[in-house]
Amino acid sequence: MNIVVLVKQVPDSGADRNLRTDDNTVDRGSANNVINEMDEYAIEEALKIKEAHGGEVTILTMGPDRATESIRKALSMGPDKAVHVVDDALHGSCAVATSKVLAAALGQLNADLVICGAESTDGRVQVMPHMIAERLGVAALTGARKLTVDGATLTVERQTEEGYEVVTAATPAVVSVWDTINEPRYPSFKGIMAAKKKPVQTFSLADLGVAPAEVGFDGATSAVLEHTKRPPRSGGAKITDEGEGGVKLVEFLATEKFV
Amino acid sequence: MSEVLVVVEATREFGVKKVTLEMLTLARELGTPSAVVLGGPGAAEALSAKLGEYGAEKIYAAESEEIDGYLVAPKATVLAELVKRVQPAAVLLASAQEGKEIAARLAVKLDNGILTDVVGLDADGTATQVAFAGSTIVKSKVTRGLPLVTVRPNSVNPTPAPATPAVEQLTVAVTDTDKLAKVVDRVAEQRGSRPELTEAGIVVSGGRGVGNADNFKLVEELADLLGGAVGASRAAVDSGYYPHQFQVGQTGKTVSPQLYVALGISGAIQHRAGMQTSKTIVAVNKDGEAPIFELADFGVVGDLFKIVPQAAEEIRKRK
Repeated sequence: MNIVVLVKQVPDSGADRNLRTDDNTVDRGSANNVINEMDEYAIEEALKIKEAHGGEVTILTMGPDRATESIRKALSMGPDKAVHVVDDALHGSCAVATSKVLAAALGQLNADLVICGAESTDGRVQVMPHMIAERLGVAALTGARKLTVDGATLTVERQTEEGYEVVTAATPAVVSVWDTINEPRYPSFKGIMAAKKKPVQTFSLADLGVAPAEVGFDGATSAVLEHTKRPPRSGGAKITDEGEGGVKLVEFLATEKFV
Repeated sequence: MSEVLVVVEATREFGVKKVTLEMLTLARELGTPSAVVLGGPGAAEALSAKLGEYGAEKIYAAESEEIDGYLVAPKATVLAELVKRVQPAAVLLASAQEGKEIAARLAVKLDNGILTDVVGLDADGTATQVAFAGSTIVKSKVTRGLPLVTVRPNSVNPTPAPATPAVEQLTVAVTDTDKLAKVVDRVAEQRGSRPELTEAGIVVSGGRGVGNADNFKLVEELADLLGGAVGASRAAVDSGYYPHQFQVGQTGKTVSPQLYVALGISGAIQHRAGMQTSKTIVAVNKDGEAPIFELADFGVVGDLFKIVPQAAEEIRKRK
């Protein structure tokens, strides 16, 4: 099975994150940039399918030059190769334009299965799998906590508010996964060394047949007008329990009219 | 005034979800609200009274086995046809998994911008979004097409404004590509009579300090006494204390209730990302240096196994 995993480089969600003041995009320059956490689960799932059924795993990333670090990191887990869509004109692209670029790249990769994280930790927009599936005219099985491959038939357990849905589709398809689906492996030393030699092909917009005016700020379908930091919360009263802590807590809840 | 389409979120068990009432309330500020029910045969009838109570002047009902039996795509196709026909002032969906997914497909079909996690929307289409785990407030706008936004639950105070909605049945004409992802089963998992996590006005969450799955009964008891939902930190979920769908945090649900009670939760960034926009935060933790106290309006340093039962007893006494 030819599997493509979408990997996004994002600012570390464990640190302070900001939007840039000059053009309102995500500040990646001063941030510690890492693989979007949910994508590591997508990589793991792809590797497990390859191990069980054979095939090839390709990483697909759209991002600036520095995304190369995340691509090498992803490859160190075990995928065979990577494709990096990189073009200065992409800076400032909205989700709709991004899906156009990724769909164009996928169109050249002949994937049976596209796997991605259910959402990225920076935007948390959660729209990319369905946008791509809509453009490619393939099935989208999203929010998977379990994925089973039987020949060309995919079955997922899709997490919902009420429980889960069992959804099936034939390949080709896009599957997005939550972090409950597996436990991603750590790259081995051998994997890290091997990743340095794995092929990383770069695509420009011209290679994909996408015009610069369709992406970036020019092609954006939405715009950030302004942004402000929320003032940090300040802690209120803190007491130490000396036998009456539970009662005091309820007294507080009562003054706030919760009980 | 032009129409504002509100895509209804509902469950079989509990009917119209609160976020739908919030969206109708928001829609009334922008134009004339029309509710759109996308569901199986007969889906709209059970919902229409509630939708009217909150101001829906019209209900568009698309009811078919195809909508119910396949994931998302048929809903987006029906909605896209409706949007093209009525040219609404805005389209509102819930900022939850399915609402975002329908909106995603709609955005591509119509080559239209999309804004998610919206907490406010002005008449001129300017949206307020909360980004980066509640640390940044963003004003943004769709610049191509109509305002297509997903509204985060608990952003608007839902108020009734009774109307008598006219019901219009929509023709469901979906394509074969809309029927690629077939729903073969729906399995309900127990949450009892508690409100849904993202919609609840009160959330009581447990963390690693709760110690084991059995002890989560304490968290549930306090939640039930307060009429709230139960949440869990990632540490508690990873340790198998509580199911994943109740996880609050960066890789779980984002909640913004009136009251958030954190029990045995240290308050790592991972967790704060999912709850720090809560109106009032209360914390119980044995470590007085735990970062959760930096957020808490009221904190108790001590043993939650003593404090929580005492608090539960005190609430019972006051009832």
